[in-house]
Amino acid sequence: MYQAIVFLPLIGFLIVGLFGTSLGAKASEYITSGLLVISAVLSWVAFFSVGFSETEVFTVPVLRWIQSGGIDTAWALRIDTLTVVMLVVVNTVSALVHIYSIGYMHHDPNRPRFFAYLSLFTFAMLMLVTSDNLIQMFFGWEGVGLASYLLIGFWYKKPSANAAAIKAFVVNRVGDFGFALGIFGVFVLFGSVNLGTIFANAASFVPAEHGAEAAAGGEAVLNFLGYALDKQAAITVVCLLLFMGAMGKSAQVPLHTWLPDAMEGPTPVSALIHAATMVTAGVFMLARLSPLFELSHTALLVVTFVGAITAFFAATVGLVQNDIKRVIAYSTCSQLGYMFVALGVGAYGAAIFHLFTHAFFKALLFLGSGSVIHAVSDEQDMRRMGGLRKLIPTTYWMMVIGTLALTGVGIPVTVIGTAGFFSKDAIIESAFVGHNAVAGFAFILLVVAACFTSFYSWRLIFMTFHGKPRASHEVMHHVHESPPVMLVPLFILAAGALFAGFLFHDQFIGEAYGEFWKASLFTLPDNHILHDMHGVPLWVKLSPFVAMLIGLLFAWQFYIRSPETPKQLAAQHRGLYAFLLNKWYFDELYDFLFVRAAKRLGHFLWKTGDGRIIDGLGPDGISARVVDVTNRVVKLQSGYLYHYAFAMLIGVAALVTWMML
Amino acid sequence: MTDWPILSTVTFLPLVGVLLILLIGDDNENGRRNIRSITLLTTVVTFVVSLFVWIGFDNSQAGFQMVEKHEWLDSGISYHMGVDGISMLFVILTTFLMPLCILASWESIQKSVKAYMIAFLLLETLMIGVFCALDIVLFYVFFEAGLIPMFIIIGVWGGKRRVYASFKFFLYTLLGSVLMLLAMMAMFWQSGTTDIPTLLTHAFPASMQTWLWLAFFASFAVKMPMWPVHTWLPDAHVEAPTAGSVILAGILLKMGGYGFLRFSLPMFPIASDMFAPMVFALSVVAIIYTSLVALMQEDMKKLIAYSSVAHMGYVTMGIFAVNAEGIQGAIFQMLSHGLVSSALFLCVGVIYDRLHTREIDAYGGLVNNMPKYAVAFLIFTMANVGLPGTSGFVGEFLTLLGAFKANTWVAFFATTGVILSAAYALWLYRRVVFGTLTKDSLKGMLDLSGREKAILYPLVVLTIFFGVYPAPVFDATAQSVKALVTNVTASINAAQTAAAN
Repeated sequence: MYQAIVFLPLIGFLIVGLFGTSLGAKASEYITSGLLVISAVLSWVAFFSVGFSETEVFTVPVLRWIQSGGIDTAWALRIDTLTVVMLVVVNTVSALVHIYSIGYMHHDPNRPRFFAYLSLFTFAMLMLVTSDNLIQMFFGWEGVGLASYLLIGFWYKKPSANAAAIKAFVVNRVGDFGFALGIFGVFVLFGSVNLGTIFANAASFVPAEHGAEAAAGGEAVLNFLGYALDKQAAITVVCLLLFMGAMGKSAQVPLHTWLPDAMEGPTPVSALIHAATMVTAGVFMLARLSPLFELSHTALLVVTFVGAITAFFAATVGLVQNDIKRVIAYSTCSQLGYMFVALGVGAYGAAIFHLFTHAFFKALLFLGSGSVIHAVSDEQDMRRMGGLRKLIPTTYWMMVIGTLALTGVGIPVTVIGTAGFFSKDAIIESAFVGHNAVAGFAFILLVVAACFTSFYSWRLIFMTFHGKPRASHEVMHHVHESPPVMLVPLFILAAGALFAGFLFHDQFIGEAYGEFWKASLFTLPDNHILHDMHGVPLWVKLSPFVAMLIGLLFAWQFYIRSPETPKQLAAQHRGLYAFLLNKWYFDELYDFLFVRAAKRLGHFLWKTGDGRIIDGLGPDGISARVVDVTNRVVKLQSGYLYHYAFAMLIGVAALVTWMML
Repeated sequence: MTDWPILSTVTFLPLVGVLLILLIGDDNENGRRNIRSITLLTTVVTFVVSLFVWIGFDNSQAGFQMVEKHEWLDSGISYHMGVDGISMLFVILTTFLMPLCILASWESIQKSVKAYMIAFLLLETLMIGVFCALDIVLFYVFFEAGLIPMFIIIGVWGGKRRVYASFKFFLYTLLGSVLMLLAMMAMFWQSGTTDIPTLLTHAFPASMQTWLWLAFFASFAVKMPMWPVHTWLPDAHVEAPTAGSVILAGILLKMGGYGFLRFSLPMFPIASDMFAPMVFALSVVAIIYTSLVALMQEDMKKLIAYSSVAHMGYVTMGIFAVNAEGIQGAIFQMLSHGLVSSALFLCVGVIYDRLHTREIDAYGGLVNNMPKYAVAFLIFTMANVGLPGTSGFVGEFLTLLGAFKANTWVAFFATTGVILSAAYALWLYRRVVFGTLTKDSLKGMLDLSGREKAILYPLVVLTIFFGVYPAPVFDATAQSVKALVTNVTASINAAQTAAAN
């Protein structure tokens, strides 16, 4: 069964990828979507059979892979609760996105290629979440990167799409640079890259008497860049390197710049890859490697810090964006920051819970916005929307449900609420009780970000659906509700966005935590965060709720009651507005620091290094000198007898002089 | 079967083709077609026969197999052939690439077809000989003689600046070889033998190792090519005909790496240990420097040539890490690069044959009318970038891992290559393949022909196959590499203990 879950999408990819043009678009759509639906159903079976049983972990071997020296890896599927949760997320969203795309991509001539890529992506993502060793994880990691590259650049005629695709791949590679070094480090420390071996040795790796944050001392186990690191320091360095990979994939500051640009891809792609699944790979990786990360408080501190900064930063940028997809993209970036904060304070269950619920409501928002874009003739700028509520009511209500879930609407202190109410509030509470030095800082940023989240989410709803229509008459005339093939996936996701939190919070972060997760999430014996979370003061429980209300009120004031206010504010604070609108100028900075510098350096090394110095002093120089010498010798041979006679005379004179001396 | 001299058969089989071709005139179309067919047939048969070398190869043995030894010259110089885990797969790579080269030259070469095909067949014999020779004199003959056909291929069938390029190529390589010849003479005087298996067990005095190592290094570093003696390669590639580039990138560059593994490391272990930091430094510079230069190229072949230099940087780094992961990774990287860079040059050849320019800006939007080509080119680009699941990843990853075990600084800087390679390779792909098809000259270009499919598809299959299931390569190389690492480490340790005492 597990082989089927993972390999059915691959089969779909191969069939459609190789024979798509002869099969035709219809057949390609049905084959890939059909296989994905089977995979998704099987994933839910796996979810209940592993998550709600005694089964801890087992491995399904597939094929030998790299075996060299101490490296002994195989293609294998590691199945435990964490894996099956991810299988459910990936396959459910992927199946729904496949079906939705049948409607959304209706007019595109390259549908077989599109569906093949979607299935390829799903396969790579499944390999990532089922990996039994770090190298296979890296395979999935880069595989989803490839699929993302192909799908962002799907409309290859658009230069902006091509640029975004390359940017996504290269920025991710920067993260992978760290990931690869991290894998090497793990190999040096544990002598293996297989997760089973690493986890078995990790628990006893750092000597207990050193305590949590061991002082310097102990023998050096890793010499990294000139520093001899003892076991504690080595674990910290390795974890930070691995985290760098996670930052790239999950778009954390400062490696976030590719995600908003990735919106150049078709909207279903944004829903699947850049919201629900691929970008959460970093969160998954840290949770999977919790036995390592638990050993390094320093690394977790950095994780918390980066997560909190990202959650806040992305939310501020989201406040002023006008492209409907970019608002949601920054929202995704921000929510990923929340997940990393949870990981950083040791609440792995809360992080994965938010990953799980976020997949539903963020995919819902993206597919809903796709439905909007579809309705208004491919317009994405919210300034040219408005007043769509009556024309596309189903989409409207689906978007509202998504927003309710994202902003975490629910009745505090009860168990009545949307998905985000359970998972996001749990993260905010975990940040409050977290023990590391930046947890308090993170808590404040997350609450502020929650307020911003509410503001930009409702701003999106109000600008798009309420007020007077700002689109041209012709566009408004064509506005139509999407076909059922697009709406049914929205209904299913909406159900998830409403009920996933209520149904599963007990398993993910509540009473049934232990029986559900078993050993798949590792926490040190002194990590009591889950217990502490339930005992936070009332004001902490209320704070995200209040923040949400404030955001909603401001959005209502700005975009319903007096639509002139935002313009006046922007005019009054021109500098701040430009700063936010231009995303804190990260792109400009990177362009200056890296892109142009690399180009200039490359040009210099080519023309001056290779051209003038190496060739100039080497072969070209030598041959030029040889030619020079010959030319002079040639000049001497003038052909005049008296020249030769004169030369001979001088020669004789010199010879005589020399012999006389 | 066991007594059958299979290595000599594989080595000299191409010469049979040469004899047959000599009987045919190439002054009419019929004759030219016959010449092409005979050459293709010869190379295919050679490939099939060479597969028996792999089939008959015993993976559990570390030493030389299928050995043939005959008296040849005085002073114990013998005709001695044999393969071990390190050399065997290079023989297969050579015989595999050869038919593809002939097919790639099918239509593009119209001038003196007869001489061209003879040069290629001769080259094949010499290249196989290099990997099979177990006597340094024999090795030297094959190694040096191979220069001549290549020099002619570039100089006669090359592009506009072919004479400059071929002389640059010849001078660089010859300079290195002269030093190697001197070193070989010194080795003979010191040890009294030219037999490679005997020399492998001979312990040269430490001071002598230094000079011998440097002399061999001069030759192999140029062949590799390592920075800063790499500048002949871009020129040679740019001017060479497509098949010439394939052989150059696919096989000739591998001779440097093979030389390090066969001579420098096992025969001069102490010197290797001493110079390892220098090799690391040059490798890292090569990876970063040439990747940056590749970023700025306007000529497709030049870009791929510079990327080759960067990839060879991983090889030298892995070899001198002196651990099983590094060396097996280096061998794998060489084999994979043999497939991938050959494929990339063939891809350039495909569109060069249609438009007769290598200028990147002359292209754009090819995916619109050449979708099959776009897919094949994408797969090779990804393999060049080292995407897991392609053969390019396995070697790159293992060499970096091996280097990390030896020295983290080296691994740290070399790993930046994965970022830069993504940048230049995807940038090239975007400019050639993506975008709208606006240029009129491109609109009539047709997708891959049957012949081109026959060239590129096998490479696609192998690139992915070895990325997913590299075990055949690791099984074949494991024992020989293990023995090599054990011997070298033992010699280094012995020398260090001796020095300490």
